[in-house]
Amino acid sequence: MKWAGLLRSKLGLLAALAACANVAQAVPERWQLNMTPGVTRVSHDIYQIHMWGLYVCCAIGIVVFGAMIIAMIRFRKSKGAVAATWSHNTKVEIVWTVVPILILVSLAYPATRVVIDMAYTEQSQMTVKITGYQWKWGYDYINVGDKPYHVHFISRLDPLSDKTRQLRSGLDPWKVEDNGEPAYLLNVDHPLVVPTDTKIRFVVTGDDVIHAWWVPALGIKQDAIPGIINDAWTVIHDPGIYRGQCAELCGQDHGFMPIVVKAVPMTEFQKWLDEQEAAATRANAPAAPAPAAAGAG
Amino acid sequence: MTTHVAHSDAHHDDKPHGFFNRWVCSTNHKDIGTLYLVFAFIMACVGALFSGVIRTELAQPGLQFVQPYFFNQMTTLHALVMIFGAIMPAFVGLANWMVPLMIGAPDMALPRMNNWSFWILPFAFTLLLWPLVQYLLFGTGGGAIAGGWTLYPPLAIQGGDAVAFSIFAVHLMGISSIMGAINIIATILNLRAPGMDLLKMPLFVWTWLITAFLLIAVMPVLAGAVTMLLTDKYFGTSFFNAAGGGDPVMFQHIFWFFGHPEVYIMILPAFGIVSEIIPTFSRKPLFGYQAMVYATASIAFLSFIVWGHHMFTVGMPLGGELYFMYATMLIAVPTGVKVFNWVSTMWRGSLSFEAPMLWAIAFVILFTIGGFSGLMLALVPADFQYQDTYFVVAHFHYVLVTGALFSIIGAIYYWWPKWTGRMYNETWAKVHFWWTMVFVNVLFFPQHFLGLAGMPRRIPDYNVAFADWNLVSTIGAYGMFLTPFMFAFILWHSLKKGAKAEARAWEAAHGLEWTVPSPAPFHTFATPPAIHDEDLAHGDVTH
Ligand SMILES: [Cu+2]
Repeated sequence: MKWAGLLRSKLGLLAALAACANVAQAVPERWQLNMTPGVTRVSHDIYQIHMWGLYVCCAIGIVVFGAMIIAMIRFRKSKGAVAATWSHNTKVEIVWTVVPILILVSLAYPATRVVIDMAYTEQSQMTVKITGYQWKWGYDYINVGDKPYHVHFISRLDPLSDKTRQLRSGLDPWKVEDNGEPAYLLNVDHPLVVPTDTKIRFVVTGDDVIHAWWVPALGIKQDAIPGIINDAWTVIHDPGIYRGQCAELCGQDHGFMPIVVKAVPMTEFQKWLDEQEAAATRANAPAAPAPAAAGAG
Repeated sequence: MTTHVAHSDAHHDDKPHGFFNRWVCSTNHKDIGTLYLVFAFIMACVGALFSGVIRTELAQPGLQFVQPYFFNQMTTLHALVMIFGAIMPAFVGLANWMVPLMIGAPDMALPRMNNWSFWILPFAFTLLLWPLVQYLLFGTGGGAIAGGWTLYPPLAIQGGDAVAFSIFAVHLMGISSIMGAINIIATILNLRAPGMDLLKMPLFVWTWLITAFLLIAVMPVLAGAVTMLLTDKYFGTSFFNAAGGGDPVMFQHIFWFFGHPEVYIMILPAFGIVSEIIPTFSRKPLFGYQAMVYATASIAFLSFIVWGHHMFTVGMPLGGELYFMYATMLIAVPTGVKVFNWVSTMWRGSLSFEAPMLWAIAFVILFTIGGFSGLMLALVPADFQYQDTYFVVAHFHYVLVTGALFSIIGAIYYWWPKWTGRMYNETWAKVHFWWTMVFVNVLFFPQHFLGLAGMPRRIPDYNVAFADWNLVSTIGAYGMFLTPFMFAFILWHSLKKGAKAEARAWEAAHGLEWTVPSPAPFHTFATPPAIHDEDLAHGDVTH
């Protein structure tokens, strides 16, 4: 039967949606319908609030649109419906003013809790400064614990995506992959490497125009504004590669300055960072103004 | 003198002769209303052309047709043209035509200013579009502005001299809007027929009265903001330049103090239109007339104190985020009242589904969907994921296309017989409606999915995971491109072959506009009409 098939495909869709809720996902999927819960406590909380908002809207929609559809079927002039003459009813008007307020409170309460959580950037174990440039990201490792660092590098669109995205390049975006994932426009030359199970504070600013540093899996989106320093924080538990993009229009290559965050265990991170620090010290020690390895803006 | 009077009596009107006298020098509210509507239609087509470029480039991953910078010009101009060139002038056109007819006034209060406020607009849009035309035709200049319609500095002032063209264009549009608003307020407050008390006015007049106050309040704010941009770019000031001690975020606060009321400027008149159409085709008085008026006023008030919800990710203090979240959520209450009242008006009515009613019902459903995503966007934590994604694009197109634009189309079908004296072809109008219903949803609904999956807005190219829904969306857009032609054909056919319309073109239509003949004579209500409560749009409204 046609209907049975339709029902099965609907159920399959729901199952897929439910599966999204459990599996951490680094890249978007084809035909994806919903937000993914991400990999941090905050991103999970955001997802819960998003779903609660969605359910509330669906419930209200069913009531309101249901009433409209019933009215459109039952009260048709062509079926001989005769119009009533009433035009107000104080009781129901009070009800549908007060009930929505209660529903709003049920939404605002959990949202407030999460906003307060998201704003608490203190007691971080390390700090990374993020700078938006037209059209690349600069990363500075400021400190880990009490130890200051001087590691700085620039992260830009990977060369293959960059070649492919030229007007009528003739190259196939479907063939741009990284780590086995379709990574067209979501890959960079130098990812931001961070440790897992560590409270990281990001301080975010802009160098030229306003950008926004957005990594959906971490639930962070923070505008990078010249002259202003914003902050955000995260704790990532699962090692992995998390991809994001600039989210504030910043000029012609706004679509081409992705973000890649590579989360690795603390020991591995510490080893990587110390290597970078040593390289930075070597580069800075002689008076010669050697350009930074990763290329300067 | 005597001959002149005899002459006008014989013809029952004295339209000025010749195109120049009739249209360019017009001071007649009906002719100026027509001018506004024709202008809005042309601008809607131009704006649609820009969105055609956008959707064509976005049909598949990779850049196939235009450079990113040109793409950014298209998104910027699409927004400016649709907002200031199509939606707002269309509502002003409807106000020009209908407000005097609905309150029993002979014309607008300030007819010469009325002429001026319209004729500024073609010049404003010539200025706005000229850099693009020059670039396309002569290959000179850098093209139009490309920093987004929100004009955020420092990006906005990086553009070439198109920035100056656009800012002066915005100034002119602002002057036009303010003059139009003054005119509407003066007309409504001074020229109502005796007995047309404020609380007996049709809802469309009420919503426009409130909208006009919003316009007067916020257009000067926009003018101030763009003027500071101009001096920052050309005269070395540093209002928004951090290096000079200015603050780029300050622009956003000022812009959205204009921008949020602007959203309601584009939707309150739509509420009014729908509140006229639904009672007519439900054959039942509007439910909760006074509640509708108060809800409109509360929405207008709230619109001034919620601007921060456009800026949740700029790094506002925690208290600011919470305040703007609560205030924004509060808007759902009066908006909900309106939706419930429309549904209650239909409940136990005697419904028929002529074209205006179809558009009005579609408005209620699809605008409510836009309201739902608006409520979700108000939730600060979730907004951190939604901000600047296609989820937002889907949201405001549901509100502005299936909201504002649908109400305008509904209004044109509803009052067309009054304007022209002719009915349109109901079958073709139904084809127009259902075609639009299908394709507008194919166009915009998948954009919710794209945004939730992580696609930022204002990008010319995207990861392959977004390819499928983008293609679906583009197919919807191509379907939508046929609709202006359908609409124009239906209206042209009606002018040529349409059946004659009666004075009361719809059997249950109430309101003073239906007491004058169809088509409405060039001059109406030269002597104020006597008001009988049963003629009023909303019947006995003493409660
Ligand atoms: Cu950017």
